[in-house]
Amino acid sequence: MKYIDEFRDGEVARKIGERLRGEADPARQYSFMEFCGGHTHAISRYGVRELLPPNVRMIHGPGCPVCVLPIGRVDMAIKLALERGVIVCTYGDTMRVPASDNLSLTKAKARGGDIRMVYSATDALTVARDNPGREVVFFAIGFETTTPPTALAILRAQREGLANFSVLCCHVLTPSAITHILESPEVRRYGTVPIDGFVGPAHVSIVIGSGPYEHFAEEYRKPVVIAGFEPLDVMQAILMLVRQVNEGRAHVENEFSRAVDRDGNLGAQQKVSEVFELRPTFEWRGLGEVPYSALKIRPAFAQFDAERRFGLGYTPVADNKACECGAILRGVKQPTDCKIFGTVCTPENPVGSCMVSSEGACAAHYAYGRFKDIPVKVMA
Amino acid sequence: MNARDNSTGGTVRAGYVRPLDIRNGRIDMGHGAGGRAAAQLIEEIFLAAFDNPWLRQGNDGAAFAIPAGQRMVMATDGHVISPLFFPGGDIGALSVHGTVNDVAMMGATPLYLAASFILEEGFPLADLKRIVQSMAAAARDAGVPVITGDTKVVEQGKGDGVFISTTGVGVVPHGVDVSGANARPGDVILLSGTVGDHGVAVLSQRESIEFETTITSDTAALHTLVAAMLAASPAIRVLRDPTRGGLATTLNEIAGQSGVGMLLDEAAIPVKPEVDAACELLGLDPLYVANEGKLVAIVPAEQADAVLAAMRAHPRGADAARIGVVQEDTHHFVQMNTRFGGRRVVDWLSGEQLPRIC
Repeated sequence: MKYIDEFRDGEVARKIGERLRGEADPARQYSFMEFCGGHTHAISRYGVRELLPPNVRMIHGPGCPVCVLPIGRVDMAIKLALERGVIVCTYGDTMRVPASDNLSLTKAKARGGDIRMVYSATDALTVARDNPGREVVFFAIGFETTTPPTALAILRAQREGLANFSVLCCHVLTPSAITHILESPEVRRYGTVPIDGFVGPAHVSIVIGSGPYEHFAEEYRKPVVIAGFEPLDVMQAILMLVRQVNEGRAHVENEFSRAVDRDGNLGAQQKVSEVFELRPTFEWRGLGEVPYSALKIRPAFAQFDAERRFGLGYTPVADNKACECGAILRGVKQPTDCKIFGTVCTPENPVGSCMVSSEGACAAHYAYGRFKDIPVKVMA
Repeated sequence: MNARDNSTGGTVRAGYVRPLDIRNGRIDMGHGAGGRAAAQLIEEIFLAAFDNPWLRQGNDGAAFAIPAGQRMVMATDGHVISPLFFPGGDIGALSVHGTVNDVAMMGATPLYLAASFILEEGFPLADLKRIVQSMAAAARDAGVPVITGDTKVVEQGKGDGVFISTTGVGVVPHGVDVSGANARPGDVILLSGTVGDHGVAVLSQRESIEFETTITSDTAALHTLVAAMLAASPAIRVLRDPTRGGLATTLNEIAGQSGVGMLLDEAAIPVKPEVDAACELLGLDPLYVANEGKLVAIVPAEQADAVLAAMRAHPRGADAARIGVVQEDTHHFVQMNTRFGGRRVVDWLSGEQLPRIC
């Protein structure tokens, strides 16, 4: 595949690996957080970790959209489908997120809920047009990457006078999540999560630009290298982070310059601010309530806001006690530190959200990396 | 014209019955009620297409002779595909190939098929005729006749147009012992061609994600390929067609059945660039995407070259490749050396393969 294979070249990977081993100071440990699930997925799927020196450790961040979706929000969508007879449309990954009463959207569908997987917000509009007699709700999740398409869908619905379409908005913001991690006691006070820098978001940064990260670099003295989602992007970004640490620098650098600039996509940002405003607070799975970390639909678009339209209230629901997703999302623990990893909690029956999407730290480790936990003989 | 129309052996009096309105007609509950309408449907659509001496006898079953002293194989497969017509095939051809292949993957020569149709009220007769004709053509091409069958009609909303179940029987040649439980450490894993073609061709036609592609389904009967391979080496241990769940799932099944592990070489697994690109776009992994005309063979290392050569000499195996080895592993992991230079597990598919959003 042209334009893709170049970023998956094993020969180049080995060279970057050699350079990393040459430049990483053996006398110190490097801990970098890859914020995005897309990076987590690339690291696991391509076996990037095996090419890193042993003293460079990667910590999974909370940037997996379905992983941070709290149970209470999925419950709202399930209620709409089962109790209000609404057609709920959502992205594929969201279907399996565990909710209350041992349900998920997939299981609610099996109980008769009309729940449909869509590839884009526009497809949800089509469902609404095709079913004029039914209420259609787009269960909108994700970071800044998926927010502009939702904004466009709402604007188009308004233009068309589509009266049966609304959005259950659960869009969240990357910079507030990074701040939250940097402000967490584990990072600031106890130092139990040593973070020396961030592999910064790829697709999110295409929308918001590299500017918003400058604050972290300055205020918290943490280097940020924005990286694409291909494995070579990740390796190159790690090399750039090692260099910044070695040189005592904390800057925002852009490995993903083929797609990201400082300002981002201004057109998309404008549409987003036209339709959405900040929520004073929002519950994240794993991180808890995070101030100003999510978006809601502006009052001018109230008729497209499913929360207002159906009078939905939010009821927080605690995670399973044994589930370590919270600590894993904050980088405090690794999947294998969780007692129920791979025993009670598996991709077939996920207890925690990190086991749902292949971008989730637990699912990625289960699917691609768990053989490393067990000694297995490999034939030459 | 009171006499029965003996040319088809049917029970409908020709001349007193108006032929089916294939162009505008639809299945109604009467077609499943067992009366004249049902008989006419069978006669004009099914019998007309499948015509053979067994069906012509008009019995509820079919009698046939079996070779003495040989092992028989029976396999059954239900087909519920949406959309019913896709680039490179349709549910009719698929329902023949699927079962012929299931019989062939036991190392057997397929002999006969049985077919059962569940039709949804309202289903266009023109579509039914097209499907049945495609099915008959596939059976003829494979040389495996449909010798008995059944139709039922369900109310609108209780089916998805048409469901087809087919059952096949075949005989295993002497000296052949093929089973998913036979893989042993040291064996070589062969694959007959590119993976993911069928799944991507079908996906490209789904209403919600329609995209333009030149990819067509690989749906095909593989029994002549199997015969050529067994002629090259009757010592083939495992044969399986990686249908639903794709190559990854099939290999995990075999690893579990045989109690072994596997190590694959990603660079050796053939994937068409168009399939690779479509999967990239949709967030899918070609290793988990369905095939309908490919097979995996596990053979003793010393036989691998001979079997691979036989595969490549057959039109259905022109792109055959050696993709990995069987190894000892009490955890039955299927591992893969990635093109990138790392190593990872190729796990079972969990649930449905869902696209990632990020």
